[in-house]
Amino acid sequence: MKDELREAVRALCRKYPDEYWRGLDERRAYPEAFVAELTRSGYLGCLIPEEYGGAGLGLRDASVVLEEINRSGGSAAACHAQMYTMGTLLRHGSEEQKRRYLPGIARGELRLQAFAVTEPDAGSDTTQISTTAVRQGDRYVVNGKKIFISRVQHSDLMILLARTTPIEQVKKRTDGLSVFLVDIREAGERMRVQPVATMINHETNELFFDGLEVPVENRIGEEGKGFGYILGGMNVERILLASESIGDALYFVDRATEYSRQRIVFGRPIGQNQGVQFPIARAYVATQGAMALRDNAASLYDAGQLPGAEANMCKYLASEAAWEAANAAMNTFGGYGLAVEFGIERKFRESRLYLVAPIANNLILCYVGEHVLHLPRSY
Amino acid sequence: MKVAVCLKRVPDTTTKIVIGSDGKSIDENGVKFVPNPYDEYALEEAIALKERAGAGETVVYSLGGDSSQETIRTALAMGIDRGVLLQGAGSADGFEVAKTFAAELKGGGFDLVLFGKLAVDDYNMQVGPMTAELLGVPCITTVAHLTLANGAIEAEREIEGGIEVCTCSMPAVLTIDKGLNTPRLPSLKGIMAAKKKPLEVRPVHVGVGTLMVSSLTLPPERLAGRIVGEGPDAVPALVSLLRTEAKVL
Repeated sequence: MKDELREAVRALCRKYPDEYWRGLDERRAYPEAFVAELTRSGYLGCLIPEEYGGAGLGLRDASVVLEEINRSGGSAAACHAQMYTMGTLLRHGSEEQKRRYLPGIARGELRLQAFAVTEPDAGSDTTQISTTAVRQGDRYVVNGKKIFISRVQHSDLMILLARTTPIEQVKKRTDGLSVFLVDIREAGERMRVQPVATMINHETNELFFDGLEVPVENRIGEEGKGFGYILGGMNVERILLASESIGDALYFVDRATEYSRQRIVFGRPIGQNQGVQFPIARAYVATQGAMALRDNAASLYDAGQLPGAEANMCKYLASEAAWEAANAAMNTFGGYGLAVEFGIERKFRESRLYLVAPIANNLILCYVGEHVLHLPRSY
Repeated sequence: MKVAVCLKRVPDTTTKIVIGSDGKSIDENGVKFVPNPYDEYALEEAIALKERAGAGETVVYSLGGDSSQETIRTALAMGIDRGVLLQGAGSADGFEVAKTFAAELKGGGFDLVLFGKLAVDDYNMQVGPMTAELLGVPCITTVAHLTLANGAIEAEREIEGGIEVCTCSMPAVLTIDKGLNTPRLPSLKGIMAAKKKPLEVRPVHVGVGTLMVSSLTLPPERLAGRIVGEGPDAVPALVSLLRTEAKVL
């Protein structure tokens, strides 16, 4: 399956070459045509079980899809969340909620690709979020703010984490948080969306909730148990985003290799110089390591395990490998690396994001120190 | 509407070809194989014809070893209903290949049998028309535009300097040119459905025939260009070299 899938995604991506992505980057535009075709071809619904209209594939296959998009020079970040945000709904939603939403999400008619957790005063320290949802009869009333919430303007639905019991009244900090499915189309003035301009072409926003009403039937799972629901989805996100970094790394290695073979300076290809060759080779080796760990993490997840350490570690290795490859490509291309026409500078900016998102690599080291090596908690 | 497509597995056109040690075949080590690009237009046309008719069946036939199953699966992923692998070694003699296809297609009840106009590996352009002859049905080659109405076919062929319009009745064999359509990419659902579609393997014996390949050689490497001179003064020298050295005038 993996090889056929890889070939099929590659063929689709060939229709969206460098110029396509460069044009979007210049206009800061959303890849509408690419996302529409990817959706129509069924790739974004690949993790949804067949009984709800998806392809019912595992994480190993889904990884290949995102890896190939980024390897082709594209950016899967515009739509990757349509693949996995539904996981919270799939794992913890009621049968009625799943029947109501998943088939539409699988077809792409319903876009669920926004995920509101992070706040200005609570990044990785999720339990400290201050957005509240207070139950009033058959609704919850939401107040607070969120930041770096991506793709809200290209979503119909959004997963929201809010505190339903004040932190002072719960035994554990992780209790008292709940997950909601917010219908963005009906939110109106009660949810204000303020775009955040960034150095890459990626739609991300600040959200302000001012008495947004969410029907009780849109709560996912039990009240107060939301933190656990969100954590479960993070393993999937890390494995999939590691795959994008692997795709980025291979993009840089492909391009740098090709360029260094063709570019003649002092009468010979620059790739003949070890000063040029070694950084590319080193980045390639790092990428292979990341791939092995990613495949392992995805296989464990597909076998029904919770590969927390593996998911974190593959995200770490992959994003570091991509950044190493990005710098190797920049050095190989010299001045042309900065020239927009060559594409390297765009991917350089885009791949940098994954050193800090969806989790900063330092926090992965904290996780490994505490949970794998059983050292004292450092944060 | 019942349509058969005959599909060939060929080396990817971007593959670097290495000639085998026998000097008359391709070394298949490390070569990536793909469906013959012209056959992809035929596959697309078969699927579209059935979709337009609203009913019918599309069947893909391929002659080759077990590795051709992968090529057939690609066709099934695009939307062809079922596949038949005619398992056996091909022959350089197009007539032997045509005899094999005709024997399988005869009695199949096909309204149309489609081929690509040529296979990009041998450029013979023979098997389609020969199969038509053996089946005793009309054949239109290099079809660039196709209209079907009441069992009759009207096909346009792009010939040197113009367009030729041909008509014939069904059943018929058509060989397809590029430009007739845009072959669809397999969707994820298509790829998954292809695994469950029937793929029958029928061992066949293809005769050696009378036509043999005696040798294969790669084209000569292109030499570096040369600047003869500059401005109008250089024209006589250039023309002379094009005539005597490059021999293109």
